Amino acid sequence: MSNQILERPKSLTQKQFHYCPGCHHGIIHRLIAETIDEFDLREKTIIVQPVGCAVYIYEYFDTDVSEAAHGRAPAVATAIKRVSKGKFVLTYQGDGDLAAIGTAEIVHAAARGENICVFFVNNAIYGMTGGQMAPTTLPGMKTATTPLGRDVKKQGYPIKVSEMLAPFEGVSYIERVMVSSPKHVIKAKSAVRKAFKYQLQEKGFSLVEFLSACPTGWGMPPVDAAKWVEENMTKQFPLGVYKEVGLDD
Amino acid sequence: MAKVVIDQERCKGCGLCVAACNFGNLRIGENFNSKSYKVSEFVGEDCKGCGFCYMVCPDTAITVYRDEKVEVEK
Repeated sequence: MSNQILERPKSLTQKQFHYCPGCHHGIIHRLIAETIDEFDLREKTIIVQPVGCAVYIYEYFDTDVSEAAHGRAPAVATAIKRVSKGKFVLTYQGDGDLAAIGTAEIVHAAARGENICVFFVNNAIYGMTGGQMAPTTLPGMKTATTPLGRDVKKQGYPIKVSEMLAPFEGVSYIERVMVSSPKHVIKAKSAVRKAFKYQLQEKGFSLVEFLSACPTGWGMPPVDAAKWVEENMTKQFPLGVYKEVGLDD
Repeated sequence: MAKVVIDQERCKGCGLCVAACNFGNLRIGENFNSKSYKVSEFVGEDCKGCGFCYMVCPDTAITVYRDEKVEVEK
């Protein structure tokens, strides 16, 4: 007699993801959905969707979802959380959304210590619009707008979001993870679970940064792109916990 | 014993599950799905049900089944 031990989480709809083959968005969606299921939060969750590849997140999550203008998800999430008692509010944002046009919103939401979870997907490129340079593009990395590689003397240095936000007093938890191998997926799941707990215990702002592959934008096969995250992205964006104030038992 | 079932229509043949399986139980087959992706297939004989393939699948195309434990009378 066989038992089904691992299956698609209940908080995801049956809709197929539109993402390119090997894109890590799907893994990250699944981790968040599994955690919503585990904490039995499906009826209480409101996701604020990004602008970018994950803009159709409302098609995939069987929860309430609200749209926000490009980069403004933390501001919209702040409003929702403040007026909706008992709701669980999270934003899901890419690097173009969070680290470029929405820099002011994320900085001030963190500084205010808003009791929301932010899931930040850093793939070092603007995936949806054709692979242009992002604020998180690595030095020397080739993109559609830096065909010779990012020259830090001309295009500046990458923005390290986790390091930038961790010093704010309102921030309760920040960790950078990746999902390029089973071992790291398990660690990432633990980080998602912890971020949920910080909001449930009303400890303030929490953020999990995912280093993510964009095989199409990077022009690599999916397995090579996952290796590239491990070998190159982690040098620029080291994994680990950047802030943790501690949870109640 | 365990087995892996792959939803052929969800699979995009990225090969991440093949790379994650330590026992060589998965491979990209010769079949195409309706979206013209060459899909992954389960060819395992000694699957342990570790779920590594499930963990790295970006399209939630994988379901893992494992046999119930049989209690042995002492």
